[in-house]
Order: sequence, then C-alpha cells, then structure tokens
Amino acid sequence: MFKEFIQGLSITFKHLLPGHSTTVQYPDERLTPSPRFRGLHRLVPTQDREKCVACYLCPTVCPAKCITVESAENEKGEKYPQVYEIDLLRCIFCGYCVEACPVEALEMTAEYELANFHREDFKFNKKRLLK
Amino acid sequence: MTPEVEVLSLSSHPLLFLAAMLVKIGVVFGVVLFIVAYATWVERKVIGHMQTRLGPMRTFWHGLLQPIADGMKLFFKEDIVPSQADKVSYILAPMMILVPSLITVAIIPFGADLQIGNYIIPLQVAELNIGVLYILAMAGLGVYGTVLAGWSSNSKYSLIGGVRASAQMVSYELSAGLAIVAVFMLSETLSTRGIVDAQSASVLHWYVFKQPLAFCLFVVCGLAEINRTPFDMPEAESELVSGFCTEYSSMKYALFFMAEYANMIVISAIAATLFLGGWSGPTPFGAVNLLGKVFAFMFFFIWLRATFPRVRYDQLMYLGWKIFLPLALANIVITGFVVVLVN
Repeated sequence: MFKEFIQGLSITFKHLLPGHSTTVQYPDERLTPSPRFRGLHRLVPTQDREKCVACYLCPTVCPAKCITVESAENEKGEKYPQVYEIDLLRCIFCGYCVEACPVEALEMTAEYELANFHREDFKFNKKRLLK
Repeated sequence: MTPEVEVLSLSSHPLLFLAAMLVKIGVVFGVVLFIVAYATWVERKVIGHMQTRLGPMRTFWHGLLQPIADGMKLFFKEDIVPSQADKVSYILAPMMILVPSLITVAIIPFGADLQIGNYIIPLQVAELNIGVLYILAMAGLGVYGTVLAGWSSNSKYSLIGGVRASAQMVSYELSAGLAIVAVFMLSETLSTRGIVDAQSASVLHWYVFKQPLAFCLFVVCGLAEINRTPFDMPEAESELVSGFCTEYSSMKYALFFMAEYANMIVISAIAATLFLGGWSGPTPFGAVNLLGKVFAFMFFFIWLRATFPRVRYDQLMYLGWKIFLPLALANIVITGFVVVLVN
C-alpha cells in the first residue's frame, strides 16, 4: 500500500518539474493545424475570375444545405457563379463540397477563428470566400 | 542603578504590554492572511503543474495577482441567503468556521524571546500553559461552523455534507488528540512554548524521531480534520456539489475558502511545533524556521491533493476507528512503558 502511495506521489512530483506542461497559451501562441485541417472555405481564383464553373455539385452534396449558388454566363460564354454563399452557422465542415468539386475551385484553409458578433457576419459571400 | 530585565506584563506596564500585544497580533494575523491568500495561488499553480497544466497565468506575471482578483470577484458577487434557510445560523456559520482556525495561531510560538531595552517580549501572541488543550478545543469548535452551515442552508446536499463533517471530524479528532498525548507524555508540559523548548537542543531532539508513529497519525488525522483531499468528504464536489457550502455565495463563501487554507496553516504550524521543534529548528532565525516548516507541510498537503482520489465514506470511518485509533492507543501504551523504564 505504501509503495503505491509513493509511486503516485513521485508521478505527480515528476510532472511538477519544469517542462512537463502541455498547455498552449492560446492567444499568445497558436498551434499550426495539420495540412488536411478543415477550416474556413476558400474559392480558388484563376487570373481574372474564380475557378468555379457553377456546376451545383457542392450544394447538391452538402449535407447541411449551407451553400447557395446561382449560375450565370459571362460575355465569353463561360458559366460562373453570380452568387456563391456559404452559411457558416449551418456548415459542419465535413469537406464534401471540396471533394465533390470537379475543377478544384474550392478548398479549405487552416483558418479556425471564426467567431463573430452578428448573425449576418457568418454568411460568407463570393467576395469574402475569394480572399 | 539600572533597572532589571523583566518580562513585559499587563500588571507592570499595561500600555507597553498592550502596544506590544497589538503589534504581535497584527503581524501574526497579517502573515497568516497573506499566506492564506497566496496559498490559493500556490495550490492552483502546483496542482496545475502536477496535472501538466500551467495554472493561473493571465493576471500579472504568472498569475501572481490572482488571489486579489479572486477576492475582488467574490466581494462583488451577490450575497444570497436562501429564503428557507435559518438566517441567524446561516450567517453565523462562516464566521464560526474561520474564527477558531485564526485564533489557534495565537499559541504558536514563532521565535526566541525578544529583548527590547529592559523588557523581554515573548514571540507568541498568547502564552497558555494549557496550549495543547486549547488547540484541541479550537479544533473541536471548528466542526460547529461546518455542521451549522450544512444544517442552516436547508438543502439536502448541504445537510449530508454537514452530517459527514461532524462524524468525520469527531472520529479523527480523537486519533489526532491521542497522537498528541504521546507528545506531552514526553515533554511533561501542555504549553506549546515548553514543548518547543524540550525539542530545542538539536534536530535529533525533535519529537518526530521519538514519536514517528504519532507524527504520521497526527498529520493524516489533521488532514482529515481540516477536510482536505483525500478526506474532503463534507465538501466532495463531485458527489455533494460542494457539500456544506453549496448555498453560500459572495464573501460568505470566501470565508469558507479562507478557513480551509487557514486550517491548513494551523495544522501545519501545530505539527511543526509539536513534532519538528517549532521555531527552534535548523537555522538561527525563529520565524524562518517555523514558516519553512509550515510551507513544507502545506506543499505536502497540496501534493497529496493532486495525487490521491477521495476515500469512500466507509473507508474513512474504517480508517479512523479501526486503524488510527488502535494505533494511537498502542502508541500511548508503548510510550508510557518507555517513559517509565527510562526514568
């Protein structure tokens, strides 16, 4: 019995020694998410426009139904999304939209600090997603 | 003719005596309250690191101002008295738990006699020739606060906490008291001052070497008596949602909190005085010796809290009545035989 007491005490004492803390002091230091981390979405741009061809595969596959796409045609006759909006309050960050995209126009970034003050601020439109 | 050196007393120099007394009380009280405040910080830091966390970090450098922030927060909290509570005892209980622990410090000697001019001032707030008895009496009084708090809150959990407190404290007080009996069988005095003097010759004269069993019993029973983990049955936040102090808020809760740490200081100081030579220990500075021992004990208590889970209630009672009590009694009998044989 006493042997176990001493074992327990020695374990806690070992942890007390410097260098055993696993805490990350969050706002001062941040962990870098892994490369496959699923954070905020980003629409991938080409030279003059977004890559997206408004094929509607992402809103179709989205289980949370948080993506709104309205397609239109530009002067060159290419399809492009006139409206592309993701409602982050509904998004579950499953990444299916990224997988579904045939032209790799959508990706997920390491951005995870998504808190905001107003409901409207969680609606990410095309302009914000292209950043 | 120069006046003779004399002990400052109330009858010969009432004003000087009062002044010296007030200074001593102020210093002791201030030091105890300061330790109480920073014991909370140390506890959170030490337990944090033992659990591979950091503890408070945001208030000033390494959270050093945390006790002040906590105090201010508790001070500005709403002071709630439940409508069905027994008002008088509800308000009285936190005071009744804090006061006995604070006044027990009065009989702890913290240094050799101080000579100022022609007067000798003993460094002890109150020299009582029945000091040990006083310790036991105050420890007994402490139970009332807990029980009253549990009962007057008029809540199931609080009541269970209070009832547990009474049973636990009564049974462990017995073993702790019997452990002390062995000490004054050796010292042949009940005065804390006398007990320190009896141990002051050298480190080897400390009673911890003559009474190792009594020392262990006293520390463990003391721990149980002040309701620290692993014996914090009255509080037991995981089963009784804080037990006797569930319904308390604001400064009343802060008083319970302070009482817990004050009790820790008191038990540490008593153990240091009775078993580790009090202030007379290794370095020539009395107060430093005593404080060092108190801090060592408090660190040990915090360490225990970080290590061991709470014992079950029946284990607690089993331990108290069937192991510690017979051990303490056997220790007294053996000590008695040895004392008679040696003399």
